[in-house]
Amino acid sequence: MSQAQGGPLGSGRLPASFLTPGSASFTDFLAAQAAHLLPGGRPVPTGTVPQVPHATTIVALTFAAGVVMAGDRRATMGNVIAHREIEKVFPADEYSCVGIAGTAGLATELVRLFQVELEHYEKIEGALLSLDGKANRLSTMIRGNLGLAMQGLAVVPLFAGYDLDRELGRIFSYDVTGGRYEEHDHHGVGSGSLFARGSLKKRWRPGLDAEVAVRVAVEALQDAADDDSATGGSDGDRHIYPVVATVTAEGYQRVGDEQVAAALASIRVGTP
Amino acid sequence: MTMPFYVPPEQLIKDRADFARRNVARGRPVVALEYEGGIAFVAENPSRALHKISEIYDRIAFAAVGRYNEFENLRVAGVRYADLRGYSYDRTDVTARGLANAYAQTMGTVFIQESKPLEVEIVVAEVGMQPEGDQIYRLTFDGSVAEEKGFVAMGAQAEQITTALQERWQPGMALSSALIVAVEMLSRDPAGGTPRTLAPSQLEVAILDRLRPRRAFRRLTGPLLERLLRPDDPTTDVPHTDERRTGMHDTLTGEANQDPGPAEGSAGPPER
Repeated sequence: MSQAQGGPLGSGRLPASFLTPGSASFTDFLAAQAAHLLPGGRPVPTGTVPQVPHATTIVALTFAAGVVMAGDRRATMGNVIAHREIEKVFPADEYSCVGIAGTAGLATELVRLFQVELEHYEKIEGALLSLDGKANRLSTMIRGNLGLAMQGLAVVPLFAGYDLDRELGRIFSYDVTGGRYEEHDHHGVGSGSLFARGSLKKRWRPGLDAEVAVRVAVEALQDAADDDSATGGSDGDRHIYPVVATVTAEGYQRVGDEQVAAALASIRVGTP
Repeated sequence: MTMPFYVPPEQLIKDRADFARRNVARGRPVVALEYEGGIAFVAENPSRALHKISEIYDRIAFAAVGRYNEFENLRVAGVRYADLRGYSYDRTDVTARGLANAYAQTMGTVFIQESKPLEVEIVVAEVGMQPEGDQIYRLTFDGSVAEEKGFVAMGAQAEQITTALQERWQPGMALSSALIVAVEMLSRDPAGGTPRTLAPSQLEVAILDRLRPRRAFRRLTGPLLERLLRPDDPTTDVPHTDERRTGMHDTLTGEANQDPGPAEGSAGPPER
């Protein structure tokens, strides 16, 4: 239908579906208008999938004012480091963030779609989605990717945000079928998560302040990088530091590289 | 069974145009005008929920007069158009010109083909990185587009307001002066009598702030708007950072308990 109009982006009259009142979901709109733009909307070819970059470890933990999320900077392709500066933690909207593990190409596409989805809702409805609403939307989007996941192209995000109604930070993890699980206190996903989770378990305390929370997150990533070859450690020589972000009542905020470097330095000298 | 009368096309077009023009001219006016730091929109609208001025995309806003359900449909279509285009290409590829064209085609087709034309008039504006990059397009019910320089008025007394603005508007006005002029225009008495007094609570005011990195659209209400509209108040511009409070970050009220920031009260041109 959209193709007949010269594609959804061709000039000319806005198609009738644009002017139909109804859904505030961008994904639903895209599915009707240009399904080939959806990650799960393309036919899955048969055969083996060639090696593609994979994103690795993401950790998240709650603290007094909200949540911290951190991700290392490495993408691997088998035994090769595909990228050493990839960013895997993104703001989903003003009050939430999403970190990605799994097939990097699909995961970044999914994040981009999720960001537009939330902003689209905000603009059309003039209101923010609840944090549970956002988490459920992400669930649906991952489920749409199941066909690709069965080919080995799985995307497993970690979602965290500040719940404006309950006034606290919350963390959600997912499986490839779109299963959504609320995590309490802290969680990690990706190849190095086994080591990161162990670290978090020992270091996390209720009611941490922001500075310590950042340090705990960075330390968990360091522990993962120590033992997992697919997780990148920080690289001070090239100024490559983990991406760390906090989400609080004041919104999403990326933690500056200087602060991350300082947190790393304090871990090295063994500050408790 | 009555025989349909023959109506010459000239008469048909004229009737439709008269019908739409008459109904649009009944709507309370909306004024959009450039100021030194962006583009300001002012409308008389006591409703806090039913907006005449809205965000379309990062640097694009929409203002309308006429029938609410009709322009609300156009607004939603515009958001869908912009989000789809930005998602398929890049956020920088969404332009007011493209959107104005799509609206023009749509309104033009409806004018000729549907049983009645749209009883709306809309403005699509985009704020540039530099004042020269600002664009304001005015679209009428029949799909004609005009690019306006500096300012535009729609609705009741649009012509008189435009004539008056030609004398009063100057390039590089401060936001406060621009708003004061705009409110003066809205409170004019069509019969030439004493102007009405419009309280800030009766106004819907929004800006596209040139200095914002991404989403430039902000609504202005509360004490901040009152200060801007008071000629003897030193406030001439709005803060370029969001207020520290929960909820959607699309409104600046000046209520939040925070340091005003360097931008507030500065009369000089924005530093770049």
